[in-house]
Amino acid sequence: MARIVGGISVTHVPYIGRAIANSLQQDAYWKPFFDGFPPVHAWLDKVKPDVAVVVYNDHGLNFFLDKMPTFAIGAAEEYRNADEGWGIPTVAPFKGDPDLSWHLIDSLIEAEFDLTTCQEMLVDHAFTLPLELLWPKRNAALRTVPVCQNTVQFPLPTPKRCLAFGRAIGKAIESWDSDARVVVIGTGGLSHQLDGERAGFINKKFDLEFMEKLVTDPDWVTRYSITDLVELTGTQGVELINWLTARGALGGAVKAIHTNYHIPISNTAAGLIAMETV
Amino acid sequence: MASKSKRVIPGTTIFDGDMARKGYALNKMCYSFNSEENRQAFLADREGYCARFGLNAEQTKAVLDLSVLAMLAAGGNAYFIAKLGGIYKLDMQDVGAQQTGMTKAEFQAKLVAAGKN
Repeated sequence: MARIVGGISVTHVPYIGRAIANSLQQDAYWKPFFDGFPPVHAWLDKVKPDVAVVVYNDHGLNFFLDKMPTFAIGAAEEYRNADEGWGIPTVAPFKGDPDLSWHLIDSLIEAEFDLTTCQEMLVDHAFTLPLELLWPKRNAALRTVPVCQNTVQFPLPTPKRCLAFGRAIGKAIESWDSDARVVVIGTGGLSHQLDGERAGFINKKFDLEFMEKLVTDPDWVTRYSITDLVELTGTQGVELINWLTARGALGGAVKAIHTNYHIPISNTAAGLIAMETV
Repeated sequence: MASKSKRVIPGTTIFDGDMARKGYALNKMCYSFNSEENRQAFLADREGYCARFGLNAEQTKAVLDLSVLAMLAAGGNAYFIAKLGGIYKLDMQDVGAQQTGMTKAEFQAKLVAAGKN
């Protein structure tokens, strides 16, 4: 059966795409952010995942408000990036894993998580940039499965639902008849708010507590409603539900391999955690 | 429609069903800006482009004024408004500064300060 080697939670600000394209990793503004990654690269070299299941949110590339699934999953041979309108460079396509996609679809719908299935799916910066950050020299052999959660149009799935969804993803991966090694990635956050008079809101105290609890006690997050999370982390900080779903997939106890936290990248508190299953 | 009491978070608009209905045309226009051809068509005739997507007077004025708060009040969603901002090469600190009445330098300083608390 397939094995989950661990998980990574990481910020996905579009601006990072420009920094990568312009090789600004050692620039004073960017260094504290990019310096968080080499220990995670070393860990990935050690655990050697074959597949990445990436839990993220689309920002109006693949999904418009005409059809807005709460949970959607890719089931394609490959996933293409495209023009998102804000001038960040597009990146090369990522390889899919339709066998795992369909195993997840079958298992999750059986477990009563009624997903939207996508045999064609454009992936935006929230999917591509974390992979570029984690494998700066593209790992061409890596296969991927995108799992998209709605964080655009409220109501959003509750933290409780996301954690349960993640746990079901984890069980499904572990029941996949394959010798693949799987890493589960959650992208977005941490605290930030782009819109309104409260734009620029950041909550370091909450973010740091969230990062600690995500590792040791993810059920702690379910005490908060989505509106609570908007108040505590900003209208876009609520993307941390992608971290929660990914953490759910790792099951019980995990060990943090490496963490990093830096303010600001663009308007965002940037977080990173690599976790190994124990 | 029965009115529901909504929790108020100061300076924050929750993009819920009411806002999604109100802002549909505006957000649909902004979604079209994923294409360079459409961005150029907008720049060639901004008012005509708004009309083509059926924006109402409030939305059209907000777009022509490039007023982010007015677009939000008219049902705009932050991610879609950002695609319009991209046409004018506005980054998120420009947008943040405009909404909070700060200079860009002041807004950036506020972000840096949030990391030192």
